Order: sequence, then structure tokens, then C-alpha cells
Amino acid sequence: MKEPIPSVVPEERWAELTHDDLTRYSRQLLLSELGIEGQQKLKGAKVLIVGTGGLGAPLALYLAAAGVGTLGLVDFDSLDVSNLHRQIIHGSRDVGRPKVASARDRIRALNPLVNVVTYNEPLNSENALDIISEYDVVADGTDNYPTRYLVNDACVLLGKPNVYGSVFQFEGQASVFWAKQGPCYRCLYREPPPPGLVPSCAEGGVLGILPGVIGTIQANEVIKLLVGGGEPLTGRLMLYDAWRMKFRELKLDKDPDCPICGKHPTITKLIDYEQFCRIKTKQDETPVESITATELKRRFDAGEPVQVVDLREPHERAYFKFPNAKVIPLGQVIRRMDELDPAIDTVFVCKIGQRSILAVRNLREAGFPGRMMNLLDGVQGWINEVDPSAKQI
Amino acid sequence: MSVNVLIPSALRGFVDRQSEVEAEGATVGEALAHVAAQYPDLKHQIYEDDSNLRGFVNVFVDGTNIKKLKGLDTPVANGATVMIVPAIAGGF
Repeated sequence: MKEPIPSVVPEERWAELTHDDLTRYSRQLLLSELGIEGQQKLKGAKVLIVGTGGLGAPLALYLAAAGVGTLGLVDFDSLDVSNLHRQIIHGSRDVGRPKVASARDRIRALNPLVNVVTYNEPLNSENALDIISEYDVVADGTDNYPTRYLVNDACVLLGKPNVYGSVFQFEGQASVFWAKQGPCYRCLYREPPPPGLVPSCAEGGVLGILPGVIGTIQANEVIKLLVGGGEPLTGRLMLYDAWRMKFRELKLDKDPDCPICGKHPTITKLIDYEQFCRIKTKQDETPVESITATELKRRFDAGEPVQVVDLREPHERAYFKFPNAKVIPLGQVIRRMDELDPAIDTVFVCKIGQRSILAVRNLREAGFPGRMMNLLDGVQGWINEVDPSAKQI
Repeated sequence: MSVNVLIPSALRGFVDRQSEVEAEGATVGEALAHVAAQYPDLKHQIYEDDSNLRGFVNVFVDGTNIKKLKGLDTPVANGATVMIVPAIAGGF
């Protein structure tokens, strides 16, 4: 039999339970795997949640409800109304408030026995080690690559478990990256995608329930690490597809050549993560010519020859039909390259001017000889500069 | 050999929104090249150059990362499942 995984909460912090605790947590005290001792560990535990968005919301709510003694919340963002379909720790009247403040209020309403520490600032290479060193476990609910690599590296350097979750559209991933026990995030993903290659969060969309499921899985993993026992998700990657309702489990191994947790680490302190995530391959680096919406309008009006390609998906075009445009979704531009006339200028249009850059690069690599331009700021730019009456999304 | 290549959300737009694509090949590299030939738009997304996958793309054959096997030269059996697992960052 495998040795049970011990609790990450040091014994001197296991806290006595009060009568209120015994009453409030009675239903989970009945679980032999938790019991009084498990609850004492939870009460003495300190968990840092990085990001109070879609993943941070269920993480903070469930961990607070379960009686984790101290929750640290890091987020520098303020609440936007478009966050509310998934960030269920916040409410409509919190729009405009710092997310950490609104999350703290909700946690206090749910469970006043929890001590909430808020950090209304971005996590960065200057503060990460100081902040994370105060906690037993880190739960990563961030929304960008620089912070994910930062959280990973800081956890590896400090020997802390990093309970990871990430989501996109209908798909989520979860794991426990803990270099002492198994692989870290860098063992799995050597580097992030070059900027602009993958549709960003704002362009790709997300089902509100998805971070709810993945964040709840993260909360479950945090509880096991705090209490000790069970089978943590170390060395395994859970994949979840909400639209097809499929869970898959993949085995992850430690990479002996991992630059931070491998045999001969080359990263021995925190680095500049913004710069690390800007690294591009040659083909991703070549500049792309842009045209403003105003200039495109002038060309239309002057009758100058120009072909416009709308790269958006059909459901996006339902919001706003771009005038005089040929429709070819980004994922088909190379296959349908023959439909374009290389003799005249081609302008590519997407929602915010990111996919259009990718389309130009892809076509250039595929050998399209015509002159290609990206419509600056996409449909959004056109609405702002040329057609303000159109509906904003 | 005929194998099933599983396509994640983030890449489905490049393969006509399919979640699975059938491919022929004796190795992972051949199977992926077969998919890339049918859907040339996918190629730039997952390959760094002609012979290497990008660093944020992992490929698993029947649940095992090809990094642990022979990389793109890993042989595939008839009916094998080849899964593309790219990094995703959303937590928002």
C-alpha cells in the first residue's frame, strides 16, 4: 500500500475547534477521512488564491465554506458586468469595485470564521516569493501565461504545491503541480504560445459553468493537500469537455530536463515573465501591415480596388455584418487561398485585430503573393471610427 | 494504420469544428502530417517548423505523452487515439 500523503499544514498550526466550529462543520466532521483532526488542519491552514475570477470564485467559496482558516486573495482587477456570468462570488452591485474587496465581503457573509487577506495588486517577480511563502498551498486561477509561469516558478522555488486549473470555451484542465512530488507546469508546457497565435480569452469566450467545475475540482484538491490522504492530482492532468461531458485523465511525468525542477535547473530565481512570454519564433515575428478603419472607408468611397476578408465565425457576424466583405473564417484561410485575388490589396477583419494578424502571417507562410493588411482594432475599430451607430459588443 | 486524432476546443476552428479527425499513418508524426495535409490551416498552429511541434503543444498516444516515447516517431497501432493537448490560460 502507498504511504498516505501527509498534510501540508505544519502541526503547530493545527487549531483547536470551538463549539461554533463543531456545529458548522458537523457534516464534514462525520467523514472519517476528515474528522476532528482534519478540521483542525483546515482551521490552521493558509491558502493563497491567485485570481478571483471564474476559477477563484468557486475556489474561495468552497474553501471558505469548508473552514480553511486563512484565505489570501490576489487580484488587481475591478469587477466588470461581463464578469458576472461566471464569477459567482461577485454580485451586480459590486460592478466597479475591486474584486478582492467584493470577494472578501461575500466570504465574510458566508463564513465569518475565515480570516481573509487581500492583495489588491498584480502578482509579480518582486512580490511573489514574499506573498507565497506565507501560505501552505497556492491555487492558480489566473488568466494569462506570464502569471501562470510566475506562480509555477515561485512554487517550485519555495517547495509549495500549485493547484492548477485553466479553462477555454468548453474545455478545462486541472492538475496539482508539486515539484517535490511530481512534475511542474514547465515539465508539461516548455513555453507559452506566441502572443496572438491562440484566440485570446476575450475573443474565444467561455461557458460560465466551466470555471465553476474546474475551480471546484481545484478546491477539492486543496482540501486533500491540507487534510492529507486521498489521491491528489499530482502527476495527472484532468481534462474536461463540458459540451461533450467527458472527463479524461492523462499521466504526467517529471521532465528530467525541466529548466526549473529538472536535474540541472537553469532557472534558479524568478525571471521577467512578460519578456519570457513575448519570445516568438521567426515566422511569428515578421511585421504585418495595418490599415485604419478611416483609411479603409476612404478607399471604399474613392472606389479604390480592395478586397476585404471577414475572418469571424458565423455567430460573431450576427452582431455586425462588415460591409463589402468576403467571409472566410480564420481556420480556413489557407485552404481557400485561391478565392483571393493577389493582384489587389486584401484587408483582413476580425473582432479586435488579433486573428487578422495571424491570418496574414499564415497566408504569407503558405505562399500567398498579394499585399495583405490587418484592419487595426478589427470590427471594434470600424464601429468606433466609421459606424458608431452599430451595436457594441 | 488508421488512428483517431482528438482536437481540443482551441484548435477546432482549423478543422471545420470537428472534435475528432481520422488520420492515416504508422507514426504520430505521419498521422499528424496527414491531418495537416487535409487541414493546412492547422499546421501553422501546432508546428514550430517542418519537424518540430510548438512548445505549448503536447501530444498523447493512448494516454501517454509522446515525449516519454519516441516523440513524433512514436509508432501508432490501428485504432489508436492521438490527443493534442495545447496549453490554455483562461481562469477568468
